[in-house]
Formats: sequence, C-alpha cells, structure tokens
Amino acid sequence: MATTKDPFEFQEFEEAESLLEENRGSTTINIEDVKESQKQKRSLGGDEDEEYLLTNDDKAKLLSGPSKNAPIWSFEYYQKFFDVDTHQVRSRIIGSVLPWPGKNFIDLHVGRNPDLYGPFWICATLVFAIAISGNIANFLVHLGKPNYKYVPEFRKVTIAATAIYCYAWLVPLALWGVLLWRNNKVLNLVSYSFMEIVCAYGYSLAIYIPAVVLWIIPSEGLRWCSVVVALCLSGSVLLLTFWPAVRDDNLRVSIAIMSAIVVLNVLLAVGSKMYFFSSPEPVHQANNSSVVMTIPAKASN
Amino acid sequence: MSDADSRPFFSALPEVSVSEEVRVEGNISMASAPKDDGFSTLDEPVRDTVLRDLRAVGTKFVHVLYPKQSQALLRDWDLWGPLLLCVTLALLLQGGSVDSREDGGPQFAEVFVIVWFGSVVITLNSKLLGGTISFFQSLCVLGYCVMPLTVALVVCRLVLLGGSGTASFVVRLVLVSASFGWSTFASTAFLADSQPPNRKALVVYPVFLFYFVIGWMILTFSPAQ
Repeated sequence: MATTKDPFEFQEFEEAESLLEENRGSTTINIEDVKESQKQKRSLGGDEDEEYLLTNDDKAKLLSGPSKNAPIWSFEYYQKFFDVDTHQVRSRIIGSVLPWPGKNFIDLHVGRNPDLYGPFWICATLVFAIAISGNIANFLVHLGKPNYKYVPEFRKVTIAATAIYCYAWLVPLALWGVLLWRNNKVLNLVSYSFMEIVCAYGYSLAIYIPAVVLWIIPSEGLRWCSVVVALCLSGSVLLLTFWPAVRDDNLRVSIAIMSAIVVLNVLLAVGSKMYFFSSPEPVHQANNSSVVMTIPAKASN
Repeated sequence: MSDADSRPFFSALPEVSVSEEVRVEGNISMASAPKDDGFSTLDEPVRDTVLRDLRAVGTKFVHVLYPKQSQALLRDWDLWGPLLLCVTLALLLQGGSVDSREDGGPQFAEVFVIVWFGSVVITLNSKLLGGTISFFQSLCVLGYCVMPLTVALVVCRLVLLGGSGTASFVVRLVLVSASFGWSTFASTAFLADSQPPNRKALVVYPVFLFYFVIGWMILTFSPAQ
C-alpha cells in the first residue's frame, strides 16, 4: 500500500503546490496539511478508485477554493478564467469545430473551468483576419485596373472589432438572461453560468478564422461554400450545446431561442461576408449600397 | 548562484536590485562610488545625466539585436526606448495614403493605441496565465522588441522613394517578414522563461499576433503621390 501511495501522493502534491503558489503562498501549508491528513485517513481503509475520486474532488475544491473568495476587483478573481494549459485550449478549439451528435461542448471540453483566454484571443485573431484578408481580397479584385490606388483601409479593423466583440459578449449576455428567466419559470435540468456561455460562443467563432482566410481567393462560389460550411459547424456546436438547457421548456419557447441563436450567427457570417468582401463585378456604387444594407443588421446584433 | 558564492561582497546586490528596480540604472554606471550615489549625481553636468540614460537605452537596443543575455532587459526596465520607438513608428506611418477618402492607413493615435494597448493586454494576459515577470518589465521588453520593425519601416520608406512597383513590394515583404520574425524571436527569448512550460504557447501567440499586426501596418504603408 505504501509503495503505491507514495508516487501518487508526490505527483498530486506538486500539482496542487504549483496551482496554489500563483494565488496565495501564505495559505499553502495550511490547505495541504488538511488535505494530506484527509488523504491519509482515507487511505487506511482505502480502495484505489475511491481514493482517486476523493483526491480529484479535493483538487477541484482546491482549485475553486481560493479564487471563489477573491472579490471581483482583485487580480486573483480574473486569474481563474485564465487557468488553462496549451493542450486544454487546443482540445477546446478542436472540439468547437467538430460537432458530434449528443456531445455537449461545455460538458465535454469546458467542464467547470470556463476560460476567457480562448474567447478573447480568438476574437482578436478573427478581427485582424477579417480586416486583413478583406483588404487583400479588395486588392486582388482591383489588381491590374489602371486607375486603382491601393489603400490599407485601416477603418475595417475598427468596424470588425466592434461587430465581433459585440457578438461575442452581448449575445451571450442576452442568452444568459433569457435562460435565467426561463429557469425561473420552468425547472431545467441543465443551466449554464455566464462565463460558460461566453466560452462556448468565443470558441464557436474559431472555425471562422480559416474560413475568412479562404475568402481571400476571389471566387464567389468558394466564398459562399466556406460560409455555409463554417455556419453549419459553428451553428451546430451552439445548438448541441444549448439544446439541453432549453429542452425541458415549452416547445415553442425552446425553438424560438434556438432559432434566435442560429439567426444571429447567420447575420454575423453573412454580414461580414457582404461588408468586408465585395464581389468582383460591382464598382463603387454597389459597394456603397451593401454598406447601407449591412450596418443596420449589425446594429441589431 | 555560483557567482554570488564566489564574491560574497556582492551577494546582497541582486536582492536589493530586485526590490528596488528603479535605482539599478544609476548604480551600474556609477560603480566607482556606490556609497554617495544619490549625492554625486546632483553636481554632475546635465550632459552626463542625459548621456547616461541614453547609454542605458542604447545598451538595451543592442540586447534586442542579440537576444541572448535575457536578464539585462528584465532587470532595469525603462519606458524611454518604447516611447521613442512608438513615436517614430507612428510619425513615419503618417503622410501616407491620406486621400480624400477616409479609409487610408492608420492615424497617429491609432498606431499609438495599438502599440500601447496591445502591449498592456499582452502583459495582463501573461500575468493572468501565471507569469512571474513584473508588469513594467514585460511592457519594456515588448516595447523594445518593436525596434526591428521600426528599422524595417525606415528602410521601407527609403525603398519607396525609389518607386513602388512589384520589385519594391517584394523587397519590402522580405524586409518586414524578417524583422517580424526577429521581433517575435527576441521578445520570446526574453518573456518565455517567465512562464510555466505548459503555457508557453499561450503566451507566445498574442505576441506573435501583436507584431504581425504592426508588420502588416508597415507593409501596407504607401506614400501619398
């Protein structure tokens, strides 16, 4: 028993230590002492499985323990939203672009540890990807025209940033409010926190980054193809994730919520396609009319 | 550590310099009289004071060019170099294709905000991920590592004087890509050590994006005719 316990204990110990020392070094000894004594107590009559479950539980408690106490204005409070490793972020991105029937993104990949790293940097990447590839596409369209003068169109960065960050933050806020309201009326089995919804929405934008880079190629068919593919992937991830939260509700309400999610997603994708990537044929006037059409659509986001 | 053991006289120095980061800069160049350092700078000519600070900034530029001694930029940070580089960058990006149309290149304030806001966000990101580096040290490193890109912009403007055909674009593309790689490599060499090993990629990616955007602004700069 002692030989099997020792390496296991050492590993656990070090992990917990490294987690703790970021937050507060002063209480480290205290918490670990409690944990160790608990563990020793348990391992006396210990079954391996049971012990594993317990230590896992302990770890979860340790993880959430110090940060839960931290007030909202402190640095530690926000540190818990950046408590991810490289492989976790990679698996979340992969999970967000590969919807699988019956697999819930939040349950499967996020767990009880929603992060803000992914949503923030995926949005930032998408903003610059849209602005830069929109500019390159515009350049390729006009390439060879005699009186065309290249302009960097830096304004696109600002517009893309506004649209995408609004989508990634305001839509989850609204969805969270609606889910909260419905939860008061009907008891749903699954409920998500605000951070979990933001996390799911942020990661669901990841598929648009390669799609937007593909839009550089000046072929309308290919562009619409990639829009549809990206829409299907990201939309179905969102639907599969949020369907369990509204399943127990009135059928009409749950369908309304689901279709609102899809419509907003379509608005974002089609709006950015129409606004940032003008099609090859139209000249200046057609470009202007598409601007007028898509700006109200974005405002409603 | 072995260095400190062999010279017990200086063994307390690193601790002092870590806790009082601001003072270090003065101590280094006034090594001959470390005791009355605070007084001796009073009656020195202004020229010496300015030159000493300029020398400190120049030394850090050299460290960015040869990103090997990873401690020099971190121990005694200053924000003069980043300010200088950022203003140069923003000024040189002016006078570009500001036509009557509004969608020209970035304005002065936009460049300024992107550089400073970007490095603050990257620093916060690395702190939140659990980095051990201090806030201003990270700002200092990120700001100084813009230098290759600023140099690239100066050369690009000279190249653009010669003309703006395909050949000039290829030259500028190569220049900007090289200096972008250099900036990313240099800042990674300084910053990556302060992170837990399983999170290095998460810290390096925003840095990559930051320099990529600056590189893009430089590459797309086209002067007014």
